[in-house]
Amino acid sequence: MTDKLGDNRSEEIFEDFKGEYTREQAVVEANRCLYCADAPCVQACPTHIEIPQFIRKIATGNVKGSARTIFESNILGMSCARVCPVEVLCAGDCVYNHMGMPPIQIGKLQRFSTDHAFDAGWRFFEAGPDSGKSVGLIGAGPASLACAHELRREGHSVTIYEKRAEVGGLNTTGVAPYKMKADRSVEEAEWVLGIGGVEVKTGVTIGQDVTFEALENSHDALFLGAGLGADTAMRIPGEQLEGVHGAVAWIEKMKLAKVPASARTCVVVGGGNTAIDAVREAGGLGIRRVVMVYRGAQEKMSGYRHEWRAAQVEGAEAQWHALPVAFEGDGKVERVRCVKLDDAKKPIPGSEFVIDAELVLIAIGQSKLGEMLATLQGVELDRGRIVADEHGRTGRKGLFAGGDCKNGGKEVVNAAAEGKAAARAIHDYLMGGTNA
Amino acid sequence: MPDLFTNCGGITSPNPFWLASAPPANSGAQIQRAFDAGWGGAVWKTLGQPIQNVSSRFGATNVRGVQGAGFNNIELITDRSLEINFAEIYDTKKKYPKHAVVVSLMVETKQEWKDLIKRSIDAGADGLELNFGCPHGMCERGMGSAVGQEPRVNQEITSWAVEFSSVPVLVKLTPNVSDIVPHGLAAKRGGAHGVSLINTIKSIIGVDIDRYVLEPRVAQLSTNGGYCGSAVKPIALHMVAALAREPKFGLPISGIGGISNWRDAVEFLLLGSSSLQVCTEVMLRGYRVVEDMIDGLEEYMRTHGFERLDQMIGKAIPSFSEWGNLDLNYETVAKIDADKCIGCHLCVVACHDGAHQCIHPVKDGKTRVPVIDESECVGCNLCKIVCPVDDCITMVQVDNGFAPSTWNEHVTQGKPLRPKKGAH
Ligand SMILES: Cc1cc2nc3c(=O)[nH]c(=O)nc-3n(C[C@H](O)[C@H](O)[C@H](O)COP(=O)(O)OP(=O)(O)OC[C@H]3O[C@@H](n4cnc5c(N)ncnc54)[C@H](O)[C@@H]3O)c2cc1C
Ligand SMILES: Cc1cc2nc3c(=O)[nH]c(=O)nc-3n(C[C@H](O)[C@H](O)[C@H](O)COP(=O)(O)O)c2cc1C
Ligand code: SF4
Ligand code: SF4
Ligand code: SF4
Repeated sequence: MTDKLGDNRSEEIFEDFKGEYTREQAVVEANRCLYCADAPCVQACPTHIEIPQFIRKIATGNVKGSARTIFESNILGMSCARVCPVEVLCAGDCVYNHMGMPPIQIGKLQRFSTDHAFDAGWRFFEAGPDSGKSVGLIGAGPASLACAHELRREGHSVTIYEKRAEVGGLNTTGVAPYKMKADRSVEEAEWVLGIGGVEVKTGVTIGQDVTFEALENSHDALFLGAGLGADTAMRIPGEQLEGVHGAVAWIEKMKLAKVPASARTCVVVGGGNTAIDAVREAGGLGIRRVVMVYRGAQEKMSGYRHEWRAAQVEGAEAQWHALPVAFEGDGKVERVRCVKLDDAKKPIPGSEFVIDAELVLIAIGQSKLGEMLATLQGVELDRGRIVADEHGRTGRKGLFAGGDCKNGGKEVVNAAAEGKAAARAIHDYLMGGTNA
Repeated sequence: MPDLFTNCGGITSPNPFWLASAPPANSGAQIQRAFDAGWGGAVWKTLGQPIQNVSSRFGATNVRGVQGAGFNNIELITDRSLEINFAEIYDTKKKYPKHAVVVSLMVETKQEWKDLIKRSIDAGADGLELNFGCPHGMCERGMGSAVGQEPRVNQEITSWAVEFSSVPVLVKLTPNVSDIVPHGLAAKRGGAHGVSLINTIKSIIGVDIDRYVLEPRVAQLSTNGGYCGSAVKPIALHMVAALAREPKFGLPISGIGGISNWRDAVEFLLLGSSSLQVCTEVMLRGYRVVEDMIDGLEEYMRTHGFERLDQMIGKAIPSFSEWGNLDLNYETVAKIDADKCIGCHLCVVACHDGAHQCIHPVKDGKTRVPVIDESECVGCNLCKIVCPVDDCITMVQVDNGFAPSTWNEHVTQGKPLRPKKGAH
């Protein structure tokens, strides 16, 4: 599958932002860990990896045991080591913060052990004896991969339906290349699926190529891990001009193929993490001037502070309290016309200004996919999210959900946790326990 | 999957990791939690006439920022009633039939030994451990190390225990002796099925330099205590190996002293231990440390081609020889890998002040990688020990043209020795 990705992809020029540890760097850092009991870092990890335990094993030279500890909780531990925003998860809660000391570099230590496992070809889990039950999974993103793996450990037969040609979901097509490149995500998906017995049907869109009901009839249970939909549009004049893109769509192209980087200025609209990623990616591709246009105050942006700080260091500019009102140009975008907003987010008369830009990336959110299920009995939607309990049980018998489509868009690690939790619930359901 | 099952003197357990007789093995609830965490066995906190303890009881040595590199205590044997202890032993054994539950005992009279042995066995003990080791408190009452230091007394009490017992008897030896071998042999003559060692080493852990009182302080006084933890491992390894290589000995050994991870465990196994007891590391970090011990040992066995523990137990013993048998013509020198060197000059200062003044800084202002004068390097290892970078300094063998010769061969057969290095 890896070779499906072309070479000469735009993302390849990026280097790892957090480099890999050598053995002794890892050991020095591992020995700094206090091996806390009931550790706050573990609680902060959505998959509850036994962090002190895996770190101690690095310190004693038991790297294989360390990797096992990680994968036991989170089968996507390799990609999570690279893409997790540890600053707001595990490392953000490390007790060293209370000592005024840098927290343990949990992500880098996790990368050390999991990369080792991949390099050495270690595998830790086997498929369970055939249960005779079959589960269909919609989407091949982190949520479905984690779910599929756990279901295979219980011996259920698993089919994944994925509309794209590539597996891995946004882990392949979305995460910033200075964290992880697409091929590594595909490699991980293959490693996870290496447990065997998972059929992956790519190029199949459920609801289009196969109806949801037909799928329901051919499996004993279904898991919905379809993530979010396309970039939300601004619905302002000039949005169809060449050079104006939805950020997620542009990022996907940058990761899987080639995007032109000839623009002198790029405007990114939005203030979330996708917006900051797009800013840093445009800059990294060599676009000299990158301006983020956000409608609120800097303190109000939903993107992580540490990410924005990094973007600033790399030279990004920002327009706070500003909103594009039109994209202008002759066939291709040349200018972004903006207006300043007051505290109530109302346009301030006479505050219009123009930024010359040849590339515009719109990162104001992704639509929810829930609509596909809206007509199904028992399925409840909350602003486009599938409503499901903590075990992924929806209101419809035999239908489970997890990941972005359920949580509205969080991180890979949440998708991994929810996919695994749903697999446990599906197993109970299939084995005659609790109903969905 | 390698098999970790062990048999130490007739006491079997699913893996060789046992809690040593100490606070982590103080009660049934604790030991059951430890078994759930993966421990293969436990030696119950020593039973005898319940005592009264002092507070505080523990002290620790901190070495360059590492807390508890060495540990010491002045606590005594169990302070809980015998009835409760025996009821909990019974309950634990019923719930965990495959795990080893060994009962440690320390009493005075022959009748007391007889009584407690019977009650231990009735409660389900898989074996007994005779505590001839405690170096404080109990010895003043004629027990503990007062017994362990006297081979004749050791032999006699052991023979009582063996006579009264229908389960295997291990004798726990004190390290507070100049040579462990006669004490191991005394236990053997008494009929013991195996020995456990080491108990704690007589020590003063430190002084409160503002109050002028020893630590751990009990009001305005303190006393000598028992030293244990990582720092004592080398002493324990030596004592274990000294018995393991003694041809007249030949009993199974339960190794104890400073085991804190799987590597330590492997070392004790290679030097002849067939079970491994841990106290301090559990006190400092909890029962959960056994997870790394188990999977680290399993991986070690896999990579070294061992399927069962008995294939590795004692495997390093043949390498333990007398100084007089070491090859004096074997020569090594230190080499620095310039690509790895971070320029800290710890090797320079160590060699200059503590060895043979043969590592020199390069004073050209361009590099901090030191140079080694190999004609002067005696191959002592000090620079390698202080270097903070893995495999940056290696000790490389040099061919000096001399055939091997030991001191013994030199003296008895006149074999030639290479010229001394660094002896100006
Ligand atoms: C730009 C961007 C950057 C991100 N960066 C990070 C980061 O650095 N760290 C981090 O932890 N998280 C990051 N995230 C979030 C993270 O990628 C997601 O939370 C995670 O991938 C969600 O996993 P999922 O399995 O729920 O959904 P997805 O990863 O979205 O996977 C869903 C899959 O379902 C398929 N699908 C959808 N509909 C259908 C259908 N009808 N039929 C068949 N298949 C279908 C899709 O093609 C897709 O492959 C980022 C997200 C974005 C958008
Ligand atoms: C607080 C404490 C109490 C101990 N009590 C006993 C005891 O009751 N009986 C005994 O045989 N050994 C006792 N020991 C000794 C331990 O069992 C063990 O032999 C010693 O600590 C060395 O092992 P370690 O380095 O793993 O701690 C005690 C040790 C400590 C630290
Ligand atoms: S909170 Fe920090 S120091 Fe404590 S266990 Fe977690 S990583 Fe280690
Ligand atoms: S460790 Fe527990 S018993 Fe000991 S002093 Fe602290 S709180 Fe008290
Ligand atoms: S101790 Fe090691 S790293 Fe430091 S200067 Fe010497 S060789 Fe280099």
